[in-house]
Amino acid sequence: MEVLFLQLFNGISVSSILLLIALGLAITFGLMNVINMAHGELIMIGAYSTYVTQNIFMDLFPESMFGWYFVLAIPVSFLIAFVIGLILEFTLIRFLYGRPLDSLLATWGVALVLQQLARTIFGAPNVGVTSPSWLNGGLTVLDGVVFPYKRLFIIALVAVTLFIMYLYIYRSNAGRRMRAVMQNRDMAACLGVSTRRVDALTFAIGSGIAGIAGCALTLLGPIGPSLGTYYIVDAFMVVVLGGVGKLIGTVFGALGIGVTSTVFEFWTTASLGKVLVFVCIVAFLQWRPRGLVAMRTRQLDS
Amino acid sequence: MRKRVWSSVLLLVLSLSLILAGCGSNNGGTAPASSGAETASGTSSSGSSDNGSEIKVGILHSLSGTMAISEKSVHDAELMAIEEINAKGGVLGKKLVPVIEDGASDWPTFAEKARKLISEDKVATVFGGWTSASRKAMLPVFEEMNGLLWYPVQYEGLESSPNIFYTGATTNQQIVPAVTWLLENRGKKCYLLGSDYVFPRTANKIIKEQLKAEGGELAGEEYTPLGHTDYSTIISKIQQADPDVVFNTLNGDSNVAFFKQLRDAGITAQDMTTLSVSVAEEEIRGIGADVLEGHLAAWNYYQTTDTPENKTFVENYKAKYGADRVTADPIEAGYTAVYLWAAAVEKAGSTDIAAVKEAAKGLEWSAPEGKVTIDGENQHIYKPVRIGEVQADGQFKELWSTGEAVKPDPYLKGYDWAASLSSGR
Repeated sequence: MEVLFLQLFNGISVSSILLLIALGLAITFGLMNVINMAHGELIMIGAYSTYVTQNIFMDLFPESMFGWYFVLAIPVSFLIAFVIGLILEFTLIRFLYGRPLDSLLATWGVALVLQQLARTIFGAPNVGVTSPSWLNGGLTVLDGVVFPYKRLFIIALVAVTLFIMYLYIYRSNAGRRMRAVMQNRDMAACLGVSTRRVDALTFAIGSGIAGIAGCALTLLGPIGPSLGTYYIVDAFMVVVLGGVGKLIGTVFGALGIGVTSTVFEFWTTASLGKVLVFVCIVAFLQWRPRGLVAMRTRQLDS
Repeated sequence: MRKRVWSSVLLLVLSLSLILAGCGSNNGGTAPASSGAETASGTSSSGSSDNGSEIKVGILHSLSGTMAISEKSVHDAELMAIEEINAKGGVLGKKLVPVIEDGASDWPTFAEKARKLISEDKVATVFGGWTSASRKAMLPVFEEMNGLLWYPVQYEGLESSPNIFYTGATTNQQIVPAVTWLLENRGKKCYLLGSDYVFPRTANKIIKEQLKAEGGELAGEEYTPLGHTDYSTIISKIQQADPDVVFNTLNGDSNVAFFKQLRDAGITAQDMTTLSVSVAEEEIRGIGADVLEGHLAAWNYYQTTDTPENKTFVENYKAKYGADRVTADPIEAGYTAVYLWAAAVEKAGSTDIAAVKEAAKGLEWSAPEGKVTIDGENQHIYKPVRIGEVQADGQFKELWSTGEAVKPDPYLKGYDWAASLSSGR
């Protein structure tokens, strides 16, 4: 019984992490159709931003303030990843719209450059981020069932991020312009929307959300130059399974993969569990190639 | 339009490479590392390695890719040893010139670069490798071309190539004594957790035989893919099995995720002992000492190891690479390898590989870890074994040690229970 509770929680927790790393990609890949292989490195940039924020807090502020660095690290990670995404869009991505294979190769190259850059600046070994003391420990639900605060925090963070994204995309003027451009670029341009600006902003927002993911992952995982490579495959898997182009699909994709992988991992082993999850995804995509939530479109050729 | 695209891409690449170059020279402490490859190719005059006043030696570690995390420091220590030897007048009166190649965390690249070092650069010896996979990839090259490799990392044993010297621990110098110590001091119920590749699988095969022979009990066995980052399910499996000890052979970044999440699940070192064989001082910095405090590790050397040689070694290393750097077991083994090779060459009077191998038999040297001796038969070295506990400052406190150096036994011939392992190879 306790195990059931714990595993249910673990499943939701894994889903929330998957969702967080996939949200940014749901925009850059899902909406903009850029196969962004550098997404993992934007996560890495978020993680290193958190590390730098922590170090600045250690040096400049009294020790009693240290616990609050993490609250500041979230917007800082977002902003830094946002700016780097903006630069990336301006110098490279904007030349590659509508050429998915080229964008795959180019962004993969960017990923390698960013990894090596991190290695040169921060050194090859992992760096340590001390998580704030208010996130240590956990909530004891039953005897022997502990929900760690960090995982609860990540679930909450994902919920908030998702809600803000929803408001932005579906309830704001900027979001409406964004959807218009992504659905029919020429028509939007005719109606006076500056597609160039919308593209840049959209890509930068996707990058910034990757930065938030990186910040949150410092609580649970390693912080090193190759951090991004661990998450990139999972992120693409979630977006593809969920259905390209729909935010809600990404949510279901993350939930599906997260829960099934914890179940399989518990019944079998970690390696076999991963294989089984992949088999399920392949089988599912054979059945419904568009993913869980298919985008309705009037285009004939897509 | 096309043209504009390309010119801006070119501009981007150029500016990025400028940034990279700038950062490289800022970290000027490792000057030979960044410029070494160029000088080496620049001076690659014809002839064999000890023509003239120089002896070329190869250094082959991953300086990029996932394994760079670990291998960069070994590479640094080897360069430091070469510099120290040169400062004292070199070997046979000749200066050592390092030829640096990057294995790029890719095993075929290791084989290819090893071939290049031997045939093109004609190096006298190569120091390099970290993962067993990289060693297994290089082994046929060194045997075929009769080269010489010094491999500095603890590994799973069951190997002894005539062209490789192993300066890291084999199983009976790390894992076997650690299991015996755990069974005597921490309990009989043992859970095996490892990454899914050669080293953990072989190590756990040995441990399972040993548990049977020494009255231990196997509580469970679990492998995770390399780079696995979510251990919540594994941790609840471990909680279910309720072992006395977790024997951890996870490698690389997975350790960070495992220990952080273990702590979050409310399990501390007081509740359950874990003993790791791939977590050293360098890794502790990346995981966080607060998370690891109280957990155990088995190695042959710690930065805190109390020998006069180690004191100077640590001082020099920090002076050269920065006060925040730490030394660790493989770093020390790489450093020792260079000195052992240099001593063997001095003794042989030439860099000829057969002569060096002959001279190396029974060679002794006072390493930072204590006195080490090369075993002539299997080309491993005698090493002391130590079990340490992580302290709040990220250093180890030695709990137990064998005192004197342990004879290497890569095929575990000295253990009756291991008979099926070495024969079933």
